[in-house]
Amino acid sequence: MVLERRRLTSEELERRTGWKLEPQGACKGDRCVPLPVGEDGMLDLHVLSERLGMELVHDADHHLWALGPESGAHALASADFPPITLPDRHGNPFSLDSLRGSKVLLVAWASW
Amino acid sequence: MRAELQPKGLEVVTVALDLGGAEAAGPWIDLAKPEHPALIDQAHVLDELLGVVNVPTGVWIDEHGVIVRPPEPAFPGYVAIAGFGLPEGSPPRVVEMLREAAKMKVEPERYAEAVRDWAEHGSASRFAISPEEVVVRSRPRSRDVSRAAASFALGQHLHRAGHADDAVGWFREAHRLQPDNWTYKRQAWELVDPVLQGPSDQYEGDWLSDVRAIGAENYYPQPEL
Repeated sequence: MVLERRRLTSEELERRTGWKLEPQGACKGDRCVPLPVGEDGMLDLHVLSERLGMELVHDADHHLWALGPESGAHALASADFPPITLPDRHGNPFSLDSLRGSKVLLVAWASW
Repeated sequence: MRAELQPKGLEVVTVALDLGGAEAAGPWIDLAKPEHPALIDQAHVLDELLGVVNVPTGVWIDEHGVIVRPPEPAFPGYVAIAGFGLPEGSPPRVVEMLREAAKMKVEPERYAEAVRDWAEHGSASRFAISPEEVVVRSRPRSRDVSRAAASFALGQHLHRAGHADDAVGWFREAHRLQPDNWTYKRQAWELVDPVLQGPSDQYEGDWLSDVRAIGAENYYPQPEL
């Protein structure tokens, strides 16, 4: 997740990481982590990085920050397929969720 | 395979992991004339969300949206990396690369049979594993792996924004932190040398040297089928 500032809203956090801000902290599935929120409702990337185990890198020249995914366990925290929408060759968005009811063999490839 | 298994309730979805987007992957998709959803992942979202580290990689998802096999090398019925002849006069490096590719261990027939069994038997298939096992078999994610993902994301962002030179340092950092992530390496090498992914001033590694370093037979870990 690349950001142009060192803070983000709870809506951004949920949309981009799946962590939802609840009264007890940031929650994902059964797990909740206490998380301080600024008076303006914004979340600090350094605090997020520390509390959620998401590595933070910063490019000072371009004023950019990037948060990695949660660390400490496995790439998949659960077997639930995450909500993923990707474009087709013509730019039309396609949600993988639309295939519920079918078995799906997803094959990743590349032109390189 | 898709025509054979769709009547049994299985859909194939292909996803191109290509920083170059439709410009890079589109011609290949056009050539294949797919009837299945053929998508493009320009930001390598699948790498970060699922732990994809090489291609081709397969993921099985059941009717309820539950992963029943995590990312693993997938050759559903074909082998595109070896077994074809080279025209005379091919560049020596290409010959060397294909010699290494021929040593890679892939079992397309076995994988295809497993997919067929799953299409037929669903959750009763012995190849469909439990949610707990799916999590355990997915790749470990250390702090270095998380940092590699963040670094690669920054590199992609800068490259797309027209700062290709500035992106190189972040790609190099991703390679250093997660050396067994071939999508990070091959995507970055390809931006410098699209055909050979050979030695360059920008990167310490290259396809042929790095494959030889790990042994071509280890390039695709064998799926636990």
